[in-house]
Amino acid sequence: MSDIQTLERDILGAISAAPDEAALETIRVAALGKKGTISELLKTLGAMTPDERKVNGPLFNGLRDKVGEAISARKAELGDAALNARLAHEKIDVTLPPRPEPQGSIHPVSQVFDEITTILGDLGFAIGEGPDVEYDDYNFTMLNIPPDHPSRQMQDTFYLAKQLDGSQHILRTHTSPVQVRTMLKQKPPIRIVAPGRTYRVDSDATHSPMFHQFELLVIDQGIHLGHLKWTIEEFCKAFFEVDKVELRARPSFFPFTEPSVEWDLRCDRSVPNQIKFGQGNDWLELGGSGMVNPRVLEMCGLDPTIYQGFAFGGGIDRLAMLKYGVPDIRAFFESDLRWLRHYGFAALDMPSLDGGLSR
Amino acid sequence: MKFTLSWLKEHLETDADAATIAEKLTSIGLEVESVEDAGARLKAFVVAHVVTVQKHPNADKLKLCMVDDGSGAPIQVVCGAPNAHTGMKAVFARPGTVIPVTGEALKIGTIRGLESRGMLCSARELLLGDDHDGIIELAADARIGEPAAKALGLTDPVIDVSLTPNRGDAASVFGIARDLAASGLGKLKDGTVKPVAGKFKSPKSIALNFTPETASACPMFVGRMVRGVRNGPSPAWVQDRLKAVGLRPISALVDVTNLISLDRGRPLHVFDADKLTGYLQARLARDGEQLLALDGKSYTLDGEMTVIADDAAARGIAGIMGGEETGCSDATTNVFIESAYFDPIRTARAGRRLGIISDARYRFERGVDPEFVLPGLELATQLILEWCGGEASETVIAGKVPEWRRQIDFDPGYVAQLGGLDVPKSESVSILERLGFGVEDGAVLKVTPPSWRSDVHGRADLVEEVVRIHGLNNVRSVPLSRGNAVAKPTLTLGQRRTRSVRRTLAARGFNETISFSFISRAHAKLFGGGDDARQVENPIASDLDALRPSVLPSLLAAAKRNEARGFNDLQFFEIGAQFDSGMPEAQATIAAGIRVGEGARSWTKAAHASDVFDVKADMLAVLESAMGTAMTAPVKSGAPGWYHPGRSGTLSLGPKVLATFGEVHPKILAAFDLKGPVAAFEVNLDAIPESKSKGKARAVFTPSPYQAIERDFAFLVDLRITADEVLRAAKGAERNLIETAAIFDVYEGKGVPGGKKSLAISVRIQPRDKTLTEPEIEALVQKIVSAVSKATGAALRT
Repeated sequence: MSDIQTLERDILGAISAAPDEAALETIRVAALGKKGTISELLKTLGAMTPDERKVNGPLFNGLRDKVGEAISARKAELGDAALNARLAHEKIDVTLPPRPEPQGSIHPVSQVFDEITTILGDLGFAIGEGPDVEYDDYNFTMLNIPPDHPSRQMQDTFYLAKQLDGSQHILRTHTSPVQVRTMLKQKPPIRIVAPGRTYRVDSDATHSPMFHQFELLVIDQGIHLGHLKWTIEEFCKAFFEVDKVELRARPSFFPFTEPSVEWDLRCDRSVPNQIKFGQGNDWLELGGSGMVNPRVLEMCGLDPTIYQGFAFGGGIDRLAMLKYGVPDIRAFFESDLRWLRHYGFAALDMPSLDGGLSR
Repeated sequence: MKFTLSWLKEHLETDADAATIAEKLTSIGLEVESVEDAGARLKAFVVAHVVTVQKHPNADKLKLCMVDDGSGAPIQVVCGAPNAHTGMKAVFARPGTVIPVTGEALKIGTIRGLESRGMLCSARELLLGDDHDGIIELAADARIGEPAAKALGLTDPVIDVSLTPNRGDAASVFGIARDLAASGLGKLKDGTVKPVAGKFKSPKSIALNFTPETASACPMFVGRMVRGVRNGPSPAWVQDRLKAVGLRPISALVDVTNLISLDRGRPLHVFDADKLTGYLQARLARDGEQLLALDGKSYTLDGEMTVIADDAAARGIAGIMGGEETGCSDATTNVFIESAYFDPIRTARAGRRLGIISDARYRFERGVDPEFVLPGLELATQLILEWCGGEASETVIAGKVPEWRRQIDFDPGYVAQLGGLDVPKSESVSILERLGFGVEDGAVLKVTPPSWRSDVHGRADLVEEVVRIHGLNNVRSVPLSRGNAVAKPTLTLGQRRTRSVRRTLAARGFNETISFSFISRAHAKLFGGGDDARQVENPIASDLDALRPSVLPSLLAAAKRNEARGFNDLQFFEIGAQFDSGMPEAQATIAAGIRVGEGARSWTKAAHASDVFDVKADMLAVLESAMGTAMTAPVKSGAPGWYHPGRSGTLSLGPKVLATFGEVHPKILAAFDLKGPVAAFEVNLDAIPESKSKGKARAVFTPSPYQAIERDFAFLVDLRITADEVLRAAKGAERNLIETAAIFDVYEGKGVPGGKKSLAISVRIQPRDKTLTEPEIEALVQKIVSAVSKATGAALRT
């Protein structure tokens, strides 16, 4: 065996036996460092004859490359072993829970509010607004409910104390004053939906002293009861996410509409806590409506011989209760965390027409 | 308005049953609340004869009965009723009959070893009352096998109609019959009342005592004496009728007024004439005048209320309630009957002020038929003579029937125009005539509403009459026009912002709540409210009597309720109104939130107690979500008194406060009995300015190609120096090159002199047009140090 072969065997043996990277580095310096055995060998090439160089050149260089590769391979091997050892040591119990992240929620009233405006926005209804504290005039008188008229007793009103200027105001009993506010500042065509808080002196499982209504108002030329019926039908189909609905109309009375109509929706409630629309023998009260009373139009500065239109008022909480099976309206306003989590909606569950109103 | 089917049929010729009538009533606008038809409901229950009763051989308290229900051989029934006895007539349920109280069908059972093939029923089992001590004992002459309801006198269904306030004309059985007849269900019987001839001149005279301005209070007042009457119970059929609709029979002279009020919608009053002094007049009350009314309460009247008075005093509140002192008793022998027309508005106002709800007020304030003042009197006279004997005087009449005729021009095409219903003109005319309207034909009809329809004033009312009788369900749907092929956005800026803020907060882990706008006055006072102007006059509860001056008390009260249920870590928010006074429009839309608790416990130790920096982040997130851009305005220390004075801040734009935030003051927590800690924020969404529209395109993106450099500095500053001051000074040193400056450490304590703190900041330098050389960077660093030192007195820590 030549010296070269012996050298090669010794170095490769040492490399494969190196226990860690430090030992490997020592071997590398001893072989390939400036004064390393292989570096020294290579230096001797300069003093050789061309013939000798021809033989030894490839031999020495081959040895250098071989040793270099062996060191790299062993280095990777040692690195992997060290990493595996570390990873094995780092094992933890992944069944432990993650860091707590609070789950927020949207109140069902807000969700239904968004559903309503999404549907009606597509039909061209803008959102009308008015304050919770309202003028008696806007809540009653301009809606053709004169003082001392028995129809004022239809709505038990919250009165506020007298103000410094002697005026006295109320908490609006319905969203209908938004009709007045809209007509006073906007000329037809008018198409608005006015959702908001309303107040009546009343409290039981189906009544809360504060609740939410939404009001539709359409004023234009040639609007009649047929348009009202269509709007309610289309709204109900979209809102309840069903293909067909059947409406029943009942004549009624509201001072601000003439004729006045209450609408019932055919449904099946034979299975407890379930409601199906378009079938069954039950009727669900949807809300009051009618053609805006010509006197109201006049009081709001519109000529009833030119313009006419309809108004509709429904309960938002009530729609939420029906659609999502919530039993008691009072719970809506009790802020019970368990209830909010149970009936609430995810932040990103934004109703849309293309994605659907609800999951 | 309740009535029985047989009562209705007294005025209406029809074979229709209660269900058909109820459906028709609802469809023409007289909404039926309920039909109690015990006869139909109890159809399966029959009269049975209890032939024998023996003791049950195996049970002390049970009896073994043999019952004959007319169907064949006697049937064996086991019964536990103490009152079951041989020979009685009882209500029997055969196997298969659904028992009302349980809703389940009766099965053949074996009780203590003996078979029972039916049941003898108690009143409670049939839902006819609460009595369950024993079974119902029927009259001895009840016929075996016939329906028990008949033997119980329950064959007459009771219909309850919920009247809308405009339909005073339907506040009577006759009025309901009239509307049904017009709708085509049955024929109205003649309701004309024959006058009773007077036997003598009325010894009592009457008068209307008003000025021309107040004459409308009572335009007509009629009456007469009936002398020699004997008061006592009214006839059985009258008592049955009154009881069936929920009234208590009192005496003939009282029942007669109740009956006519229900039957014809005509309230009357019967005085004991011997208790009256001098003549009777209708006049306005004197301010402060007192009257003891029939309900036993004393009322103080005012000068706008109408009374019926004699020479001595007011004897009745017109249209509302009679006086106790001149009412009829069993000893009454001479009576004076009063019938009048009282102004609806004045009656309503008086009733409301006095707080009296009565059947008379109900009818007068809805408008009674002015043509029935005198007929009502005649009808009462007839019935009193019939029931109590005596003889009637001639009538006395003051005033006259008020003018009720008014003509409405009505284009029959308006039915289609407003109602969307194509009704032929002839049909419209026919409907109106059937309802009693006078119609003069022509291209435009001249329509006169009948005397009993004071609610009909204009052509829209006439459309309603035609549509409701023709059938509202015949209206066909017609689509609204679609303005834009693709719908345009309809939300206003404020509405869009509210929606965005709501979803942002929910995404940050907040649960949305909605609370009442009214809170307790004590809580309102803690938040700068609770003044008189924001009080609710008639609160639903004494602790819900003040408009909330802030949304926070609602949230804190909610937190307390949840804490009581064991939920100590919460994030709640509400977007709602806060009220700055009791005036309309003096309200602002506030997005408020609270973070409560020490943070959810976790093995990761990630939790921390809710603090001012949590809610500062929330507040900024709300503003940025609303505005769609970063909020760069500075935060100032301090906030309203309900916050911790040293751990709270305010963000304003000019004079406008946009937001306040901080830890909640310990005294407030104590007032709400909350353990805490609680941090809160309030953002006034209405105060956020509109952003200047810059179009949809974003600014040009110009990333610098040169390497950015980060340099850290530690400054020693006085404690009073704020982080914001240091950062602003650093950034201001060279605005073109310094991209950001941020605090990464704050330290007080060992190694830092007293009264000082160490603020460590990191500055990011971003060259724009060339790579900076080392000397240039060094110069910039010096510039930053001197700028901060100059502005804040800081020294660089070494």
